[in-house]
Amino acid sequence: MSDTNAQSVAFVRNSEIPASPPPLGETGPVKWMRENLFSGWVNSVMTVIAFLLIARFIMGVFPWFWNGVWDASSIKDCRNIMADAGTAGSACFAVLVDRWDHLLFGFKYPATEYWRPTLAFVLLVVCAMPALFAMYLPRKLLIATALYPFVAYWLIWGGSLWVPVVILGLLAVTAAIYLFIEGLSVSLRQAVAGIVGALSGIGLGYLLYLGAQELWFISGNVSAGEGIVSTVAGFVFMIAAIFTYAFFIPMGIFVGYAIYNSYEDGGLVTIVTTLFSLYALMVYGLGPISAAINSVVPIELEAVASRDMGGYMLCMILGTVCVSLSIPLGVVLALGRQSNMPLIKGVCVVFIEFIRGVPLITLLFVANVMLAYFFPPESSIDLILRVIIMITAFSAAYIAEVIRGGLAALPKGQYEAADSLGLNYTQATRLIILPQALKISIPGIVNVAVGLFKDTTLVSVISMFDIVGMIRGPIQQSTDWISIYWEVYLFAAAVFFVVCYSISQYSQWLERQLQTGHR
Amino acid sequence: MSQISQMKVSDEVAIEINQMNKWYGSFHVLRDIDLTVNRGERIVICGPSGSGKSTLIRCINALEEHQKGTITVDGTLLSSDLKNIDTIRSEVGMCFQHFNLFPHLTILENCTLAPIWVRKTPKKEAEEIAMHFLEKVKIPEQADKYPGQLSGGQQQRVAIARSLCMKPRIMLFDEPTSALDPEMIAEVLDTMIELAEEGMTMLCVTHEMGFARKVANRVIFMDAGQIVEQNEPEQFFENPQSDRTKLFLSQILGH
Repeated sequence: MSDTNAQSVAFVRNSEIPASPPPLGETGPVKWMRENLFSGWVNSVMTVIAFLLIARFIMGVFPWFWNGVWDASSIKDCRNIMADAGTAGSACFAVLVDRWDHLLFGFKYPATEYWRPTLAFVLLVVCAMPALFAMYLPRKLLIATALYPFVAYWLIWGGSLWVPVVILGLLAVTAAIYLFIEGLSVSLRQAVAGIVGALSGIGLGYLLYLGAQELWFISGNVSAGEGIVSTVAGFVFMIAAIFTYAFFIPMGIFVGYAIYNSYEDGGLVTIVTTLFSLYALMVYGLGPISAAINSVVPIELEAVASRDMGGYMLCMILGTVCVSLSIPLGVVLALGRQSNMPLIKGVCVVFIEFIRGVPLITLLFVANVMLAYFFPPESSIDLILRVIIMITAFSAAYIAEVIRGGLAALPKGQYEAADSLGLNYTQATRLIILPQALKISIPGIVNVAVGLFKDTTLVSVISMFDIVGMIRGPIQQSTDWISIYWEVYLFAAAVFFVVCYSISQYSQWLERQLQTGHR
Repeated sequence: MSQISQMKVSDEVAIEINQMNKWYGSFHVLRDIDLTVNRGERIVICGPSGSGKSTLIRCINALEEHQKGTITVDGTLLSSDLKNIDTIRSEVGMCFQHFNLFPHLTILENCTLAPIWVRKTPKKEAEEIAMHFLEKVKIPEQADKYPGQLSGGQQQRVAIARSLCMKPRIMLFDEPTSALDPEMIAEVLDTMIELAEEGMTMLCVTHEMGFARKVANRVIFMDAGQIVEQNEPEQFFENPQSDRTKLFLSQILGH
C-alpha cells in the first residue's frame, strides 16, 4: 500500500448520504426574488422605483377604465353621466356599443346581412383548422379548407350561388384537361402544345396591337398639353401597333412551331396549356353559364358591392386573402430567383427589387388612382381586387427574400443527395428543399404576415373605410362622437393584438412541432 | 480475407471514361482521364488533397459537369440531357463524406423516398425494401428516429442503405469515413466490405489503406488531376512505380 493510497482511503465514504432538503431561502419565491429583484443595492433601488411606477400607472388607468360609461348616445351624453357620477375624465366606451356594427362591418354594409360576414368569420376559424393542424387531423378535412374561399366569397359579396359553383366546376374541367393532356402520347402532346402556342402567340400579338392602339389614343389626347415627348412616344407606339398588327399571325405560328420543336416530354407546356384553357374558360364561360343556371334555379343572396365593405371585416378580408396568396407567390419568386434560366431569374429579381424599393402607400395609390389610366375606361377591375393584388405583390416580395434566406441556409449536400438519388427538380424542391427551407423561414414569414395584416389599415388613406378609416372618418367626424380618441383606438389595437398574437403563438407552436433533433 | 480482393470480375463494362477533362473556371481539375470499370470491380481511388479524386467520381453521376471527353455509364452516354442524367443517377448510388441524410424525414422515410418517387414503388413495398436494407446495415431498430438522433457511424450506414434501396448497379463512395470518429469507422467499413462480397461495382475515394488492401481489386492514385498510377493493391503498396506515389505512401503509411 503506497502513501498516497493510505491518505486517500481516509476520505472514502462507505455509506451513501441520503438526499436532504435545501436550507430555507434557497428555493421558491424567496430565492427567486433575492436573485432577480434584490441581488445588490442598485438592483434593489431599481426594483422599488419600477414597482412605484407600475403602481402609479395602474392607479391612473384603472379608474379611467373601471368608471367607463358603456351606455350613452353621444359624447356629450357621456360627459353628463360622468359629471353626475363625479367621475369626469373617465373612458366613454359607449362609442363602441353605439358604433359596434360600423367598427366591424363598415357603415354601408346592409345591416340585415351582418350574419353573412359573421358566419364567414366563424367558418374561417373552422376551415383553417385542417390546414393549421394538418399533422393531427385527417387529410380529407382539407377539402373544407379548399372549398372555404368559394363559400366565403359568396357569403360576403352575395349574388348568385352559381358563380362560385361554376368557378369550381370550371376548375374541375381544367384539371380534367390537364390529366387528358398528361395522358396523351408524346407526339400528340407536341401537337396540342404547338396549337396552343400558336393560338396564344396570336392572342398575345392581338393584345399588343390593342394596347399599342390604346396608348396611341391616350398620348394623342394629352400630347397637346404635354408636348413633344408624348407625341414621339405615341408615334413609336403607333408603329409598334402597325407592326404587331401585321405580324401577330405569323408570330403566333412561329411561337407555336418553336414550342412544337423544343417541346419534349416536360410538364411545363402541359401546365401552360392548362392555364391557358383555364383562362379562356373563366373569361368566356363563367358569366353565361352561371347566368343560365341562375335563370333556371335562382339561388341568390343580396349582392353587396366592394365599395360597401368596411370596418374590421375589410382588414380580415385583405389580411387573410393576401397572406394566403403571398406565401405561395413568395415561394415561386424565391425559387425563380435561384433559377439557372436567365429570363426567369431576371423577371423575379426585377420584380422583387422594384416592389421592395417602393413604399406600400404608393402602391396603394397606384391601385386606387393610377391603374384606372392604364386600362380602357369601360373595364373596371374591382377596387378590393386591385388592393389585394398590390398588397400581395408587396408582401410576396418580402416573403421571397425571407425564403431565399432559408434556401441559402440549406447545406449544398442536401441538393446533391437529392440529385444523386435521381429525384428531378420538382421532386427535390417539393420533398427535400422546400420543407427544410420553409421551416427555417417560419419566423421571418410570420414576421411579414403580421406586418402585412397590420398594414391593411393603410387602405384608409385611399378612402376605404377599414377599421381605422371608420374611426378617422365616420366616427370621429360625426357630431355625436367628435374628438373621441383613446377608446376607439384602444379597441382597434386590441382586435389587432388578438389576431397578431395568435399568429405568433401558432408559429412558435409549429416550430416546436417541426423540431427533429439538431438539423 | 484476401479472398475479396481476388474475387472474379466480369468482362462486362460498367463505366467507361474517355479523355475526360474538367475545368473550374480556368483551373484544370481533371486532365485526360481514361478509365474503364468492369462490372463487379472494386476500385479505391486515393491521392493528395485537391488531386481531383472526389471530382472524378462526382462526374460519374453528373453532380459535376465535365467539359470535354465522354462518360458512359451502363451504356448510357452522359450528356446535358436531363433524361439521361436522371436515368444514370437512379442506377448509380452515392455516399457522401457528410452523409447528407434528409434531417426532416425519419430514417425509414429517408430510405423510401427515392423508390416511391423515382421508381414509383408502392409505399408498402418500398418500406419492406427499406427495412430489408436497414437490417443489412444492422440498424432496423432506428427506423422511426430522425437522422439528428443517430451517431455519425449509424448515419453513414443509413446513407448506404438509402442508396441501396434504389437497387443501384454501381456504388460511389466519396470519403465515407473521413468525417467519423475513429471507433465508428469500422462499422461503416464492415458494411462496405459486405457489399463488396456481394459483387457490387464500387468506386471508393478513401484513405483507409487497410480497406484498400482487403477489398479493392484495383487502386488508382491521382495527382494534379491525372491518374498517375493504377495497380493491384498488393503491387501498389509493395512496389509503387512513380516517385509521387512513393512519397504519398510514405507520408500516409509512415506513422
